[in-house]
Amino acid sequence: MPRAGTVSRWGFYVTGTALAILFLSPLLWSGWAAVRTDTGFGLENYDRLFSSDNGIRLHHVLNSLTVSALTVGGTLFVATLGGYAFGRFRFPGRDVLFLITLAILMVPYATILIALYVLLGWLGLEDSLIGLSLVLIMFQLPFSIFMMRNSFEAVPLELEESARVDGCNTFGTLIRIMLPAVRPGLITVGLFAFLTSWSEFFAPLILLNSTDKFTTTLAVVNLRTASHGSIDYAALEAGVVFMAVPCLVLFAFMQRSYVRGFTSGALKG
Amino acid sequence: MPVTMMAPPTERAGSQRRRAAQPVRLASRAGRRWRALVGVAYAAPTAVMVGLFFLVPLVLVGWMSLHRWPLIGKPTVNVPANFTGIADDDLVKSAVWFTLKYAAVMTALLFVVAFGLALLVQHRRPGVGFFRTAFFLPMAVGFASASLLFLGLLSDEIGPVNDLLSWLGLVDGYVSWTSGSAESALGSAVLLVLWRFAGFNMLILLTGLQAIPLDVYEAARIDGASRWQIFRRITLPLMRPTIALVLTLMSTGSLLAFDQFWILTRGGPDNSTTSLVMVIYREAFIRLDLGSAAGISVALLAVLLVFNAVQLGVLRRRSE
Repeated sequence: MPRAGTVSRWGFYVTGTALAILFLSPLLWSGWAAVRTDTGFGLENYDRLFSSDNGIRLHHVLNSLTVSALTVGGTLFVATLGGYAFGRFRFPGRDVLFLITLAILMVPYATILIALYVLLGWLGLEDSLIGLSLVLIMFQLPFSIFMMRNSFEAVPLELEESARVDGCNTFGTLIRIMLPAVRPGLITVGLFAFLTSWSEFFAPLILLNSTDKFTTTLAVVNLRTASHGSIDYAALEAGVVFMAVPCLVLFAFMQRSYVRGFTSGALKG
Repeated sequence: MPVTMMAPPTERAGSQRRRAAQPVRLASRAGRRWRALVGVAYAAPTAVMVGLFFLVPLVLVGWMSLHRWPLIGKPTVNVPANFTGIADDDLVKSAVWFTLKYAAVMTALLFVVAFGLALLVQHRRPGVGFFRTAFFLPMAVGFASASLLFLGLLSDEIGPVNDLLSWLGLVDGYVSWTSGSAESALGSAVLLVLWRFAGFNMLILLTGLQAIPLDVYEAARIDGASRWQIFRRITLPLMRPTIALVLTLMSTGSLLAFDQFWILTRGGPDNSTTSLVMVIYREAFIRLDLGSAAGISVALLAVLLVFNAVQLGVLRRRSE
């Protein structure tokens, strides 16, 4: 829009830069604080993070990776099939099921976690990474189903019809024609599922009891909560950086499709 | 942008409402029935997940709230002790007030900041992409991690905030931000949430802003409307659905606050920043009384549902 005079253009850049510094500085500071030691710079804080009594261990990282993989895979599976069903088929109960799925957003998640804790116990999934992943998948569904339904609806009908003329059944059409067409949606849903499951705190806190099942987030927070007396802040910041780096890297690679998928999904709502 | 809507504003609300998905044309009734069955099959995983992990727990939490439900051992009916217990508990009462106060402050501040950011970066020009990314980037850090980040940032030991403020002459000596006083503890949490969530809400508001057709602005400007008038009379009304969404997300999120207080302030000093969800956690896993935790959950759930329904209703009515 060609309205900016020189003054307002300067105003825009000065304000924007000041705010950008404000938003970026905590991130930059934590990276700096994580390598800052008494004598200068080094990896001693990371050493303490991985070796102190309350620190994180390899199996915590593996637990986190397991939960993230299960959550991303499960969310993509359920949301792809569900989005296809909601976007392309008519069947009794479709609108009700869709509304109930969206209603998960309206029911605050902390309120049903107590019941989920009991339910998972009945299913033999207490203190289990699989149980935790199932719960995380359920919490991802409103956003993911909504997103995937919009993505499937946006695929031109002709594409699907031509596949049927060529003799594809609905599943063949889904795999060969639809999946490539909805890839931006899939990336957004998968990325969102990863970011949430990798850094989720409250659900694992409630659903996991034994320290060897802890995810990295729980283990890092444990550095703070289990310490009586003084907190090892530097090791804590090393933990923050360790947790944040995979998310930031993924984010940097996929930002374009993530934001585009997000905006197109939200716009169509 | 993916969607350009050139319809005048009055028609836009209607066209934005979702049209039913077009069913693929099929020759026979049997074919249609078969296709419905296939649809059910594709929807089955969703139905199982939603049924088992959402509807069942929803009923179960209500059922639990009617019982004395110890962590280990058999539950026994004790209606309505879990609910009368809520009213008698001083910590619950203070947590309710604190959570309401926090939600009001947080929603208002977050909305103003997020809307300001969205207005700042709404037009395409050189550098705007960098600003959007900078504001959104904190979202890539987990909320628990962000809480730990701010714990260090605001600490006396390694945090630069105190040094910076005393260098500027704004504070004298050391201030313990996260645990010094009720106000500074609350302020720390508010700052953390603003940093972490402003960019995310900015992005949602941005999609709403960009869905407003440019010629509506053009027409208003030709009619001689001032910037403020355009904002009041065009931007705000046309963004009502987006604003409703964002306000609902913000207020629900703040009423459920946990991580920021659990990690950053530990509910202190003197339980002054103990939120309602922290009380639920305490009832369930420290006092081992799941029934009482379920009772508080049900009460919170009821309030939130009413709250959201009213909020959406008000915003919808005004837009008609």
